[in-house]
Amino acid sequence: MSGNGAEARAAGVRVLLVDDEAAFLETLRKRLARRGLTAEIAVSGEEALDVLARAQEIDVVLLDVKMPGLSGIETLQRIKAAHPLVEVILLTGHATLEGAVDGMRLGAFDYLMKPCEMDDLLAKVFEAKARKTELEGRAAGGGGTP
Amino acid sequence: MFDRHYYKSLTRSMVLTVFLVSLTPLALVSAITSYQFHTSYKDRVNAHLRELVLKHKRNIDGFLAEKLAVIRVLADLIPESRFRDPAALQAILKSLQDRHHGAFVDMGLVDAHGVQVAYAGPLRLERARYAETRWFREAMRHELYVSDVFLGLRGSPHFIVAVRVRASGAEWILRATVDFESFNELVESVAVGQTGLAYIVNNQGEFQTRPRREAAVGPAEMRGILARASEGAGRGDFSPESAAAGIRMSQAAVALDVIHGSAGGGDVLLLTAPLKDGAWTLAYQQDEADAYESLYHARNLSLFAILGGGVGILLMAVLVSNRMVNRIVEADRERDMMNEQVIEAGKLASVGELAAGIAHEINNPLAIMLEEAGWVLDLLDDEHLRRHESHAEMVRALKQIRQQGGRCRDITHKLLSFARKIDPTVKLVQVNEIVRDMAALSDQRAHLANVRISVDLAPDLPEIPASPSELQQVLVNLINNAIDAMERGGELKVSTRLEGASVILDVADSGMGIPKANMARIFDPFYTTKPVGKGTGLGLSICYGIVRKMGGEISVDSVLNQGTVFHIRLPLEEARA
Repeated sequence: MSGNGAEARAAGVRVLLVDDEAAFLETLRKRLARRGLTAEIAVSGEEALDVLARAQEIDVVLLDVKMPGLSGIETLQRIKAAHPLVEVILLTGHATLEGAVDGMRLGAFDYLMKPCEMDDLLAKVFEAKARKTELEGRAAGGGGTP
Repeated sequence: MFDRHYYKSLTRSMVLTVFLVSLTPLALVSAITSYQFHTSYKDRVNAHLRELVLKHKRNIDGFLAEKLAVIRVLADLIPESRFRDPAALQAILKSLQDRHHGAFVDMGLVDAHGVQVAYAGPLRLERARYAETRWFREAMRHELYVSDVFLGLRGSPHFIVAVRVRASGAEWILRATVDFESFNELVESVAVGQTGLAYIVNNQGEFQTRPRREAAVGPAEMRGILARASEGAGRGDFSPESAAAGIRMSQAAVALDVIHGSAGGGDVLLLTAPLKDGAWTLAYQQDEADAYESLYHARNLSLFAILGGGVGILLMAVLVSNRMVNRIVEADRERDMMNEQVIEAGKLASVGELAAGIAHEINNPLAIMLEEAGWVLDLLDDEHLRRHESHAEMVRALKQIRQQGGRCRDITHKLLSFARKIDPTVKLVQVNEIVRDMAALSDQRAHLANVRISVDLAPDLPEIPASPSELQQVLVNLINNAIDAMERGGELKVSTRLEGASVILDVADSGMGIPKANMARIFDPFYTTKPVGKGTGLGLSICYGIVRKMGGEISVDSVLNQGTVFHIRLPLEEARA
């Protein structure tokens, strides 16, 4: 279980959960919220893009690879195109190695096999958030020095 | 599958087919050529014999006509009274004998009553009476007459050439006897080969010459042949004129019969030609075997050649068929083995697909169940629930649910990774790139297991023909195995290098190593040393299958408690069947 340190790190981390299983999304959202994370949910790739367009402050997207409509990989491409600083962690039920490799090539931060342990999930999310912060800092610093 | 009876009958039918296909044209060509040769050769021999007989017939007819003509000339020029003078007749006979090489034996003048009024010759035949003889009656009826051969008064074979003369108001016969021996020699001189025999018979089949050997046909049979031969041919009086007409006869006048089963045993060719205007027949006989000797010799030679060729073809057919059937046996055995492997692989694949379907369907509900259990555990963490008397029991039960759910998840993940479809399409791939990808992909897992992954890649490695998916599968399996082998963490090194015409890929770990006893079986399917539920025993056998399919080799070196290195040798050239 997450300790106090984790909760401290969790504060201010905004996560978007994307999966076609609404029951899974809702429970995961509550569990993340309990650990101090702000979690939005979307049941499709299209909805996820809408949420991202509305709420610019999302840090990490947890994205299911296998979804009806816009697939996880397509959604990833669009997210990275529109919001390059947002980190994406792929959630995959199928151990589709090719999908994971493609995802990594397309800019995904990492991948997780569903169902996953909360500790693993949190660890990945925090790593992703840390990288995003680092990249934002670099971008801001780079922008400050022409 | 390896039915000996089937292969035996296959060998038989192949031998038969090869034999027939090879021999049939040979036999056909030989038969046609032999038939053509046979026919034309026989035609040529027959034509030659006909020509020979015809020529001889002309000679004999000429001989007879000449003798007749001489007597006729004498009768025309010399008055009858001169013939009555014995001294003059003797002088004429002497002259005839001198000019005709002794062909004439004697001469005589016979009156209308058949009394020989004058005679010159070696016998004492003055006043001999011929009134009752056949030749005299025939001579009186014809102007010119050549008699059959007969014994007559002298008791030795001879024949008479007679001319009817009208003088002093009466009819006379001027006759001369032809020497039988010289005539016989003339007839017999035609003999060709070893069995050639010529003779003359009259209409009754009676011999007019004396053959050296027994003739092939008796008088009765000969009469039949003569009757057939002379069908429609009218019989006129023989004269120098008719003999001259006979000389112009064509080969068609010569009849050819084949006498089967003669006294000599074999078939006999019998050629007959009319002589003396059909009164006599020149017969020429020769054994068929003798006449066609060269033909039969050639036929025997070619039969021998065909027989030899046939035996050769048969031997070759047996040899070639045996070799081919042996190859087929070998190929069948290999095919059967392959089939078994394919069936096994097919079974495995269908089991895998079924398992994957179930795993996928279970995976999502399982994820929800685990999340829900986790959520309840989260809630039980609340202050007011902690005080509940059954709190500890509820937490224990939920943890048990999560633990068992975790087991289910591990199983579904393994099933899915085992059954996931691998694209076997071969293209040129850069091994280094795949190694880098896979190392990166496994980095998180390695990190959690306290394993450090390093890569040592040879630069400028050539591309090799392979399926990227399959190669990824091989690397992931080997890397996962290596991580599992290092329970307390360690080093995992993946290296590549070029060696001859192969790319060498090594995956080395610093794990527990493989005991010698297990080494022989590590590539066997379903062989695993991992705890129940942890390993399927398929990883290394899948790697083995993939590498072998690529024409490569996979081997392993391991030292207990020091580590294991898997060596994969991948050929630069495609080696797939």
